[in-house]
Amino acid sequence: MFAKILSWLDERLGLTTIYNTVLDRKVPKVNWWFTLGSASLFLFALQCVTGIMLSIYYVPDPANAYDSVQYIMTGVTFGWLIRGLHHWGATLMIIVVFLHMLRTYFYAAYKYPRELTWLTGVVLLLATLGMGFTGYLLPMNQRSYWATKVGASIAGTVPGLGPFIQKVLLGGSDISGVTLARFFSVHIWWLPAIIGALIGIHMYLVIRIGISMVPHEGD
Amino acid sequence: MPGPQHELSRNGFVKAIVAMVGTAMGVIIGIPAIGYLISPATKIQKSDAWIPIGPLDKIPLDEPTLYSFTRTQTNGWEQTVNSYGVYVWRKNEDEVKVFSNICTHLSCMVKWNPDKKEYLCPCHAGIFDIEGNVVDGPPPRPLKLYSECDKNLKIDSGTLYIHFLEG
Repeated sequence: MFAKILSWLDERLGLTTIYNTVLDRKVPKVNWWFTLGSASLFLFALQCVTGIMLSIYYVPDPANAYDSVQYIMTGVTFGWLIRGLHHWGATLMIIVVFLHMLRTYFYAAYKYPRELTWLTGVVLLLATLGMGFTGYLLPMNQRSYWATKVGASIAGTVPGLGPFIQKVLLGGSDISGVTLARFFSVHIWWLPAIIGALIGIHMYLVIRIGISMVPHEGD
Repeated sequence: MPGPQHELSRNGFVKAIVAMVGTAMGVIIGIPAIGYLISPATKIQKSDAWIPIGPLDKIPLDEPTLYSFTRTQTNGWEQTVNSYGVYVWRKNEDEVKVFSNICTHLSCMVKWNPDKKEYLCPCHAGIFDIEGNVVDGPPPRPLKLYSECDKNLKIDSGTLYIHFLEG
């Protein structure tokens, strides 16, 4: 029965083709460093799921943000777990994505014909850092406030355009409800959309071109 | 070399382990996730209180009159102040009936019409008579009535109270 349903779907959706192309593709003999891309993808999915879960209780408004996070941590069943996963998943994702970049760099896997995979990866790394920066403000505690203050001030040191960039970043001259709203929007809509699209291109290229092998001495 | 038929093949073993670990992970992740999503509904606190409506002798005779009061409840991290209304009908010097103004159809607020001597619910035109019984429209039950002495209604030193339940 189950096999019948599966073959009915396979005939129409081409599941076998997808499986063979995506999962059963040929790869050279590689090492554990080559799992960091899959780990990054898994962490992105984890952040999406836990983030969507958090948005059920979180309120992006300066008057309520802190209290809503406290409510998640102490009032909601398993709220500490969901927020904990999102919090530690974020830190882990920065580490894993960064190591993934280092592996690509030191194995020279960015070379022809994989330049576009590298370039999309660069944007993905920056977008991941952007997720970290925007997400840091959302709990609206002292650490969030001052970290954003410092981050925005760093942006303000850009020669010439700095003060303007800082004001655009904060949505005004100081941290306010406008800042929280735009950080929240960037955190849950803009960056996830960009990251999702770029992961699509990145993975299409990985599947199309295949992964590079571990370089030997003299390569 | 393939082993005898009854022995678990390498492929079958991996499949079984994946299925078992997958199920365990699904349960470990799924139960907290469901608990998280339904959490506020499981934490509503039941409360009850005797609400003073007012001095009985100040309540108009034979005319249902609206009295309102507020109750505060904790929702999440906020105190929510809800307003409630009851119609007090002092039938005569000896008898008093108090009706909730919440329509029994879909919880809109009914309004007493003194000309027609009936309650009208503006949402779906439910009509109740002065005794709270359904006259017309979709309401399935009469209006909630407070009339049982000392159970949900009492008079203490001239003041009328109703026993109000929440949650």
